[in-house]
Amino acid sequence: MPTDYSFPDSAAKTANAVEAPEFQTEKMSLSMGPSHPSTHGVLRLQLELDGEIVTQCDPVLGYLHRGDEKIAENMTYNQFVPYTDRLDYLAPLANNVAYACAVERLAKLELPERCQAIRVLCSEMARVSAHLLGLGAYGIDVGAWAIFLYTFTEREKLYKLFEELTGARFTTSYTRIGGVARDVPEGWTDRVDAFCDQFLPILENILKLLTRNKIFIDRTQGVGVITKEEAIAYGLTGPNLRGSGVAFDLRKDRPYSGYERYEFDVAVGSTGDCYDRYLVRGEEMRQSIRIIKQVLKNFPKGDWYAKDAVRIFAPRKDKVLTSMEELINNFMITTEGPQMPAGEVYFEAEVPKGSLGFFIVSKGGGVPYRMKIRSPSFSNLSILPKVCQGNLVSDVVSILGSLDFVMGECDR
Amino acid sequence: MSATATAGPASESELLAVLQGAFPAVAVRPTGDHPAFKLPVAEVPAALKLLRSQSGFDFLTDITAVDWDVEASPRFSVVWHLYSTTRLGYVRIVADCLSDTEPTAPSVVALWAGANWHERETFDLMGIRFTDHPDLRRILMWDGYPFHPLRKDFPLAGIETPLPDLEVGEITGATVKPAPMMGGPFVASTGEMNLTEAEPRAKDESWHERSEKPATL
Repeated sequence: MPTDYSFPDSAAKTANAVEAPEFQTEKMSLSMGPSHPSTHGVLRLQLELDGEIVTQCDPVLGYLHRGDEKIAENMTYNQFVPYTDRLDYLAPLANNVAYACAVERLAKLELPERCQAIRVLCSEMARVSAHLLGLGAYGIDVGAWAIFLYTFTEREKLYKLFEELTGARFTTSYTRIGGVARDVPEGWTDRVDAFCDQFLPILENILKLLTRNKIFIDRTQGVGVITKEEAIAYGLTGPNLRGSGVAFDLRKDRPYSGYERYEFDVAVGSTGDCYDRYLVRGEEMRQSIRIIKQVLKNFPKGDWYAKDAVRIFAPRKDKVLTSMEELINNFMITTEGPQMPAGEVYFEAEVPKGSLGFFIVSKGGGVPYRMKIRSPSFSNLSILPKVCQGNLVSDVVSILGSLDFVMGECDR
Repeated sequence: MSATATAGPASESELLAVLQGAFPAVAVRPTGDHPAFKLPVAEVPAALKLLRSQSGFDFLTDITAVDWDVEASPRFSVVWHLYSTTRLGYVRIVADCLSDTEPTAPSVVALWAGANWHERETFDLMGIRFTDHPDLRRILMWDGYPFHPLRKDFPLAGIETPLPDLEVGEITGATVKPAPMMGGPFVASTGEMNLTEAEPRAKDESWHERSEKPATL
């Protein structure tokens, strides 16, 4: 049947219209943050917009810069432990472990098995807790409020366990150089085990709310694609690198603290979009629970600190009160710090956000001469100008959430 | 990538052989863990490129610098850490900057795009200028900040400077003030001094009735 009207291709029409001179308006500059809910802290993005499309993105950092590296040069190794809590403040236990391992490389300390197992337990619980928060916040960013409520209920249970173990919910400062602050409390491991058992089905439910959610898929699939080559060139680490298909995991590749004893799989993505990064985090939580289960199954007995570590962190209180030598030792450790050999070490650990590295230059004595903290969030964010370009403003929110960064660690 | 790992991390002698062929000036540097080499600063980009193509160091983990003290010469060293995702090992390259007052180093942004921010940070905090860097601005401190805080002559407490927003500073008369480290990190001082001075105290700035705030701060 002939018609005297046509159906114009609306997309082609729009494209033509945008080319028309009357639509060639000025570009707009928009400052997103530093206090924007989707920037998860104090990140500011200086955006240049052409309508809704981002033509340029310049991240402005430093709003949370506290000079941690300068502070480290002015205090003893032991005194710096609480500062590591405040790097990635969503996983302080994992940072504590990374820092302690780095200094132990310098001091050439070997840890007993029980201490290593406690540290693995801490790191993996911190990973679950950090990913739960990342997931909840990401849900809010892309319009799925309920996830946040479920993940925070689970996080609360973890925080209760952290509190029992360390005495603090948030800034734990649990590790010492050469050990941990105290042994695990009685019955604590059973409660961790019980948590894992009840958590696994809940985790599946949480992920079910997102994995096949049409709105979530539309907001994330094919958005913010980072190729393998780009991810390596920009020094991305952690779930962001694995989301792009690189099976890089320091727990597997360079096992520390006895990770070689446990079986787990490294989750990798295929396309490197926001959806893949989400999937990787979901799988990592399952694997973390798997590791925790294995640690608990064969929880080693014995010491929770290295024998040589009495030179480094304060001697036992009962000894200090009864022995002159221990009292002097205690006084020296407190005032001059633990005596370390001279040398340079670089140690990276796999924390929830990626590889957290400490480069320590020691000239001997109790204070580091220079300590550089290589923070995963800093490197992960450096790809933003590249990955945001050409996306819609609303996709920038989705990309930021999928990169899951913490400014405390980025700015140091 | 443990599946593709074949030979394990590259050893010091193996890397030395690779580097010595192209850079006779290379020297082994004492290290506490990974192989470390010292090179003339101008040769670093070429050396890193060689390590990337020959020894599989495809991943730039970190760039930083060390200030070896105000009096020392050479005063600044730049440190590069590379990682190999196939051989699963690190290497550390260290190079001294030629000038002690205007230190420079060549940029490696052309090799790894991620070097951009690391070099900006090193410039910001340590004052090393990276030549051929596409966009060498401060990154953690604000533009226009006059100091490089990680240098050893910069006090822990900070130095009084104008606010980042000059207009606000003009109206309010406020400045960025140094923080007296009262109650700050405590370290005992050693050497020939009386006990009061040797007491554990904030190592850097701590002023009270008996020690006045220095005029330069």
